[in-house]
Amino acid sequence: MTIGDVGVRGEGPQDAGAAGGVTAAPPAAPEGARLERVPDGRLVAGVARGLAGHLGVDVMIVRAAFVLLTIASGLGIAAYGAFWILVPAREGTAGRRGRDWGQLAVYGVVTVGLAALPWGAAGKAGGLMQWAVWPFVLGGVGVAILWQQADRDQRQRWVLPLRQRWLRSLLGLLLVVGGIGGFVAQRVDVGQARSVIIAMLIILTGVTLIVTPWVVRLWQDLDTERAERVRSQERAELAAHIHDSVLHTLTLIQRNAQDAREVQRLARSQERTLRSWLYQPRSDPDQTFAAAIKASAGEVEDDHGVPIEVVCVGDTELDDRLGSALQAAREAMVNAAKYAESPSVSVYAEVEGKKVAIFVRDRGKGFDLDQVPEDRMGVRGSIIGRMERNGGKATVRTAPGEGTEVRLEMEKA
Amino acid sequence: MSELKRVVLVDDHQMFRTGVKAELGGGVEIVGEAGDVDEAVSVIRATTPDVVLLDVHLPGGGGIEVLRRLNGVVPSRFLALSVSDAAEDVIGVVRGGARGYVTKTISGPELTDAIGRVADGDAVFSPRLAGFVLDAFAATDVPAVDPELDQITQRERDVLRLIARGYAYKEIAKELFISVKTVETHVSSVLRKLQLSNRHELSRWAAARRLV
Repeated sequence: MTIGDVGVRGEGPQDAGAAGGVTAAPPAAPEGARLERVPDGRLVAGVARGLAGHLGVDVMIVRAAFVLLTIASGLGIAAYGAFWILVPAREGTAGRRGRDWGQLAVYGVVTVGLAALPWGAAGKAGGLMQWAVWPFVLGGVGVAILWQQADRDQRQRWVLPLRQRWLRSLLGLLLVVGGIGGFVAQRVDVGQARSVIIAMLIILTGVTLIVTPWVVRLWQDLDTERAERVRSQERAELAAHIHDSVLHTLTLIQRNAQDAREVQRLARSQERTLRSWLYQPRSDPDQTFAAAIKASAGEVEDDHGVPIEVVCVGDTELDDRLGSALQAAREAMVNAAKYAESPSVSVYAEVEGKKVAIFVRDRGKGFDLDQVPEDRMGVRGSIIGRMERNGGKATVRTAPGEGTEVRLEMEKA
Repeated sequence: MSELKRVVLVDDHQMFRTGVKAELGGGVEIVGEAGDVDEAVSVIRATTPDVVLLDVHLPGGGGIEVLRRLNGVVPSRFLALSVSDAAEDVIGVVRGGARGYVTKTISGPELTDAIGRVADGDAVFSPRLAGFVLDAFAATDVPAVDPELDQITQRERDVLRLIARGYAYKEIAKELFISVKTVETHVSSVLRKLQLSNRHELSRWAAARRLV
């Protein structure tokens, strides 16, 4: 039995993943780096982040210093401005992220709160005002600190209810009414204020009644239009897919009508593509084990024209050891397809925790393992040797006339 | 050999029905054919075959609708025969009452064999269905509500694994040192669990697999 050297093929585009890694954490500037403004992850102009990188301290400390300086004498703002003008921005920072407005708001609240403190304490209303202001200030600073500590996701969760439209509208309405009401209450005496507020509510209600149907219709139109667009996109995608693959294959089948084997190969290959397009979750053969096994089986099937049925139970991320198990499995599939003279090949892959087992089975003529010369690379080198080198195990069960089953076991690193 | 099994063929593609008939040859007796749900219901009621070969995708509600209307009403047993690999289809039709699931790539002799098995009240699992069951009943930390139905035994797992690896019942029996009858018992037991278990992961799992 001679064994082919097809094992090289599986090493597809492995560098494809590397280009995707742009969205990494904000680059922490090395200590003592050149002083420059860092636009990535900035709140205002990236001065504090730049300084922090330059001085090698946490960016929060620098920001707190600016805040304190601002409250104490206004120097903070001046210093910030000066840095902003004098320090050049770091260049070529691709993929910059937007400002974290939440954090910016926190620093703003803290600054304003602290600045307002002496004013509130010495306010006109004297003692009463002091007692009224302090809890708010403390509460505000507390909330601000919590806010600052929380990461982005957590904050998103906190404000999530606010994202609901009706709540937001209600809040907006309250603010508007409160604002106008407050303004009116200051200008007009209390007796009048009430009637003014009632008048205002009536006007608002009237406007709402007039505008609502119109807005609703506009909204519905928009919805229908969006749905229509999605539908036509789907249609276009389907048409493109059918054109690119199905029609193409049908043409090839007509041209090769006299070659039964080729027709079968074409049909199988097209079937596989359609199936994975219709039923399978889109997973990347460079990353997940089950997808990789199926991809390998598909390629072997295409190359050798023998149907390979793959059943996978469980799935896991690919790593180097699984990669080599995969290569061994591929080699076993090639052997089965090429030499076994079996009508079909069964592949069963199972992931259980860290353990991965692959079975490649054919019902072909089988062979006598002892008769395979030592120097033949296929079974010994590409399958058994490769598995053992990587800490796995390979067992071949075969006998003439009994078919062959290759069992590969590997533990994830 | 016992007399030929009486079979009704339900599939909406005439071409496919012709193909299956040719494949089956004289191994079974085809007593009726149908192309949609209503037709299937009346043909099956009229002929009460031993086995109905049922396509999953049919005009009028699919194979599952045929099962809903007839399973338990007529003495016939149902074997799902489909091109679909989707877990939702497979699990759905089996939970609807089919005694087995095979894909349309199955060869004629294998199909004849499967029909005989289903007619005798046994279950027929394709390697893919076995894989689905192993996946769906994978050991989880969630405690089973009804351990009798919500878990499969180690032995049943062994049998399913061998089916998934492409072993025929006879080969499984040899491999596990048990009789073919015992293999059939295990598979029927798994089928029963698959049909009756309320294990909530089962439907959720199948639906999740469908997500494209």
